[in-house]
Amino acid sequence: MKLLEFLKRERKKSASVAKERLQIIVAHQRGQRGQPDYMPLLERELLEVIRRYVQVDDDAIQISLDSEDNCSVLELNVTLPKS
Amino acid sequence: MAKIIVVTSGKGGVGKTTSAAAISTGLALRGKKTVVIDFDVGLRNLDLIMGCERRVVYDLVNVIQGEAGLNQALIRDKRVENLFILPASQTRDKDALTQEGVERILEQLKQDFDFILCDSPAGIERGAQLAMYFADEAIVVTNPEVSSVRDSDRILGLLGSKTRRAEQSLDPVKEHLLITRYNPSRVTSGDMLTLDDIREILSVDLLGLIPESEAVLRASNQGVPVTHDAASDAGQAYSDTVSRLLGEDMPLRFHEVQRRGLLNRMFGGGRR
Ligand SMILES: Nc1ncnc2c1ncn2[C@@H]1O[C@H](COP(=O)(O)OP(=O)(O)O)[C@@H](O)[C@H]1O
Ligand SMILES: [Mg+2]
Repeated sequence: MKLLEFLKRERKKSASVAKERLQIIVAHQRGQRGQPDYMPLLERELLEVIRRYVQVDDDAIQISLDSEDNCSVLELNVTLPKS
Repeated sequence: MAKIIVVTSGKGGVGKTTSAAAISTGLALRGKKTVVIDFDVGLRNLDLIMGCERRVVYDLVNVIQGEAGLNQALIRDKRVENLFILPASQTRDKDALTQEGVERILEQLKQDFDFILCDSPAGIERGAQLAMYFADEAIVVTNPEVSSVRDSDRILGLLGSKTRRAEQSLDPVKEHLLITRYNPSRVTSGDMLTLDDIREILSVDLLGLIPESEAVLRASNQGVPVTHDAASDAGQAYSDTVSRLLGEDMPLRFHEVQRRGLLNRMFGGGRR
């Protein structure tokens, strides 16, 4: 019975793990909506440039473009590792 | 005025063609004059599911390129009055579809039909974008599984930006969620996303829930859309879906484990 309980708990987990992962992915995708098509490429190239100087993770960089009336602001956030 | 509805998903193999066939059949059974168009150029399948593969003479691309008239290409369904199929081309390359060509055909069909269903190919490329471009409503087919849900969200993004309604700032495409291949006992045991999880993640109104069902394979073997199998769970679930599409209020069915057998009670049940 112990084993069964264990297996059941493991399985219960897999769907909730899926849900948590999806919530993060979808939030990210929705953040990108309406942005110009070049943004993913820009993000990747910026990451490459930064990596010439500092080793950072794939998700260390966040960019977004906010459009206001007559100008757009490119916001760039980079999390650097503790040195 | 005709309503154009795209059946789409991003991911392949989730049940778009099955759903396009079942829903168009259901609409025609309610007396709505309906045409279902296969946009999967190069990989046509709808004709098989509708059971009219041997009657295909001309296809969508022939009509677009002026090699056949619309009336020559439309196939009248043998079982239901008011139902027509416009098959995709089996051989041509995808570039044969043009936006102007598709628009011309849809405009012509609008004169005659109540509902125009567009069965989208998988992916988010040209074919899928053409299938959704002129849509008034979209049925986003989703399986309770991570990659399907993520792709559905991508498709929702495209519906909100890469459609005629979006580009011309008209009323947005009306989005419906259709969850298919749902397996209540696996949901109960915790290894499948629940209906509410998917709804919450995508935040789109639920149009219907189709259980994983043996009746679907049986239907495709025979080339008879599953809606005709009125005794089956999937047939009834699609029929409910059609009712909701027509604005009726239908309670949800087939989302809970039906019969609780011994095995189920030992391994799956208990928690709800
Ligand atoms: N509710 C269901 N239950 C069982 N099998 C299903 C169900 N819906 C679809 N299928 C099966 O899944 C496969 C893919 O379906 P299809 O409609 O061709 O998907 P798509 O058009 O999205 O690629 C087919 O073999 C079909 O029989
Ligand atoms: Mg298909």
